[in-house]
Amino acid sequence: MHLILFVVFAGFCLAGAINLLLQSHPINSALSLIVVMTSLAVLYLLLGAEFLAAAQVIVYAGAIMVLFIFVVMLLNAGREEHTLGSRTARSVGFPAVVAILAVIATVILKAQGLGVATLGEGLTNAQGSTNIEVLSRVLFRELLLPFEVTSILILIAILGAVALASRGDGPHGNRERTGGE
Amino acid sequence: MSSLLTQEVPISWYLLLSAVLFSLGVAGFLIKRNLITVFMSIELMLNAVNLSFVTFAHQWHAVKGQIFVFFVMVVAAAEAAVGLAIIIAVFRARATLAVDRIDLMKL
Repeated sequence: MHLILFVVFAGFCLAGAINLLLQSHPINSALSLIVVMTSLAVLYLLLGAEFLAAAQVIVYAGAIMVLFIFVVMLLNAGREEHTLGSRTARSVGFPAVVAILAVIATVILKAQGLGVATLGEGLTNAQGSTNIEVLSRVLFRELLLPFEVTSILILIAILGAVALASRGDGPHGNRERTGGE
Repeated sequence: MSSLLTQEVPISWYLLLSAVLFSLGVAGFLIKRNLITVFMSIELMLNAVNLSFVTFAHQWHAVKGQIFVFFVMVVAAAEAAVGLAIIIAVFRARATLAVDRIDLMKL
């Protein structure tokens, strides 16, 4: 069962990622990225990370991709055009990527002591402790300060996003807008 | 058929899937010419790394691995918000999303 689920959803992942590369319209790429993220959530479930699977669907496949699709539609992004830069990137990039993949795959395949993933095996083998319990115990005791710092990070990110995306009626706003044309 | 129904998948398969997804993300980052799609490739790379974090957390029963994925998700959400705001600002200034035309900082 584990193997079948793994093969099916790993296949979805790869198909979505390859489709992201092949599509020329951003909205199609965004939809295939949603496929990748949702299949990854299933793989997290197989690995016993229930909380992360839920967070993956809610945060990634939900919030972040809605933001992406919103921006694609807001800016009315059309098909991408192929230029000289894209051709050189394609001819230089693909061998480089294959080389990176070969190096990583060699390291993984030569590594000793990588076991097998067993279905239903959680973080601890203790009875009666769920994944969320174990996670929250560490997150809210040991790592409370980093957790609070991330909330400040999110706040700063929201303020920054509002400041960047606002019309910019300040002294620089008009100059920047006319400077681009 | 009985081997198909066993409950085990080698850890290295998950890691290989993560490596392939990361490489596809790098390839997308290099060959895509649309600013938004380039940004999506970055998200794909982050997801690939998250998968390997979860895999290693599963192998060593390490809680911190999953917590690290949680923090990566938080940072990715912040990054997506700021990055898309930057894309909107760039589009407003240059009226294009093609990365080749956004060359103001080129020497």
